[in-house]
Amino acid sequence: MFKLSEKILMLCVGEAGDTVQFAEYIQKNVQLYKMRNGYELSPAAAANFTRKNLADYLRSRTPYHVNLLLAGYDEQAGPALYYMDYMSALAKAPFAAHGYGAFLTLSILDRYYKPDLTRDEAVELLKKCLEELKKRFILSLPSFNVRLIDKDGIKDLEKLPLAAA
Amino acid sequence: MALQDICRQPHTPAFPYSHKWNDPISLALAGGDTNTVLGWGGSAPLPFYTPFSANPSLRAQTPNRAPQSPIPGRAGVTVPFELAHGTTTLSFKFQGGVIAAADTRSSCAGYVECPTAQKVIPIHSHLVGTTSGTSADCMLWKRILSRECRLYQLRSSAPLPVRGAARLLAAALARFKGTELCVAATLCGWDRAGPALHYVYSDGTRLEGQLFSVGSGSPYAYSVLDREYRFDMSVPEAYALARNAVYHATHRDAYSGGCVDLYHVTESGWRKIGRDDLLPVYYQKKGGGVVLGSEGGRCCVVLKGEGWCVGSPLEQGGEPVLTTSHPGGGGWVLTWGCVGSEVGEGVVRGFPPHGGGGGVRGF
Repeated sequence: MFKLSEKILMLCVGEAGDTVQFAEYIQKNVQLYKMRNGYELSPAAAANFTRKNLADYLRSRTPYHVNLLLAGYDEQAGPALYYMDYMSALAKAPFAAHGYGAFLTLSILDRYYKPDLTRDEAVELLKKCLEELKKRFILSLPSFNVRLIDKDGIKDLEKLPLAAA
Repeated sequence: MALQDICRQPHTPAFPYSHKWNDPISLALAGGDTNTVLGWGGSAPLPFYTPFSANPSLRAQTPNRAPQSPIPGRAGVTVPFELAHGTTTLSFKFQGGVIAAADTRSSCAGYVECPTAQKVIPIHSHLVGTTSGTSADCMLWKRILSRECRLYQLRSSAPLPVRGAARLLAAALARFKGTELCVAATLCGWDRAGPALHYVYSDGTRLEGQLFSVGSGSPYAYSVLDREYRFDMSVPEAYALARNAVYHATHRDAYSGGCVDLYHVTESGWRKIGRDDLLPVYYQKKGGGVVLGSEGGRCCVVLKGEGWCVGSPLEQGGEPVLTTSHPGGGGWVLTWGCVGSEVGEGVVRGFPPHGGGGGVRGF
């Protein structure tokens, strides 16, 4: 997870090395924009900026093989989640997942997601997804970082699954 | 052809070109010992006919694939097209028996070869099999399994249990390991030991379990099933869960779609519960009360709501009232056969057409 600004987080997975290089490049550029102009990029603008960069590198000699999720909160537009894959296809989505875990969790999100979830319901939904991964996913993923973005910024929630007593 | 073999009449007027088929190969060992395999006392246990090829040079022109042939001493026949793969099938045991459900899309490389295929195939009165993999192979092997189960029953005057049928199928498929044959089947049945569920794959895997989902859409179905499966579900709950899981898989998987076939196996045998179109379900899940369309006085109404509901089928000529059991209100899809409807506070009234048919399904 990379903090692009006070209210934008980017999750970056993919080829080793590419992820950190690309994510830090975007992160520093977003911060540079703030320094130059005095205000931060909106999540939509940051997402499109990221997409443009990824697309420009796609047909170069050094394409970045990274899959991204960009989450942010905009004062005017509210929360936004953007799904981007390594071909720089960008889509705004209510929920998203990358990787093999996506096969198992997307159905659960389809089934239980509602646009008006409360915060606790959202965490419960996330727990359902992680329970399913724990049951059916071939790799053991012992813990997940969970962060919440709202009008007050980025907040760390309790790590999931809950640490064994 | 099965009867023909039993009657030992290879060249009958009914099959004037039977002599043009290559010799049936025996599944026995090279030594020709047929007595040990599948109980046949005489000729080949599983005559596997290969089409007569008048022009062997055609084979040389087919794409550069050298498939391994299960028939000793014969070259493999290359497949000139992509075999049909991709599906979502699921089956589970619960207190009321065994449920088997599958989608109906048969896909072939990049297109839908048949939107109304049948992937749950009855094998005998108390056994159905879900098919996944190459659909032609699955259909053939299910037919062979039906024949062998029947022969076993005739010879030993006791029905072959589901576990035995699974072993038989696995043994027959083992011969073709390494070829492009792909059969991933779950055998759902009821035998002397009660409800039975076995998974058989053509690489030799054979598993017994409570819940299986097979196919390209299986991860999506598994996640929905795992959330809500309980052994002590009621029968309508089980139906709704099976349909829901297939729906979610068809929504996400490109190679699954169409309708959902639902079969229920109990002590008295298998029963096809129905084939339901999944397209209206998508609109229902999106929410809102939408009339999808009407023709000739019949309409299909999709109602607002979420979750599953318990309902009863419409009776002919009656005016049934169905209530939702979900406290938050239920989503209903009235199938095309219903004429008119009234919607109240969790109550749906549907009028069946004079011609019968139609019904209400809870999703």
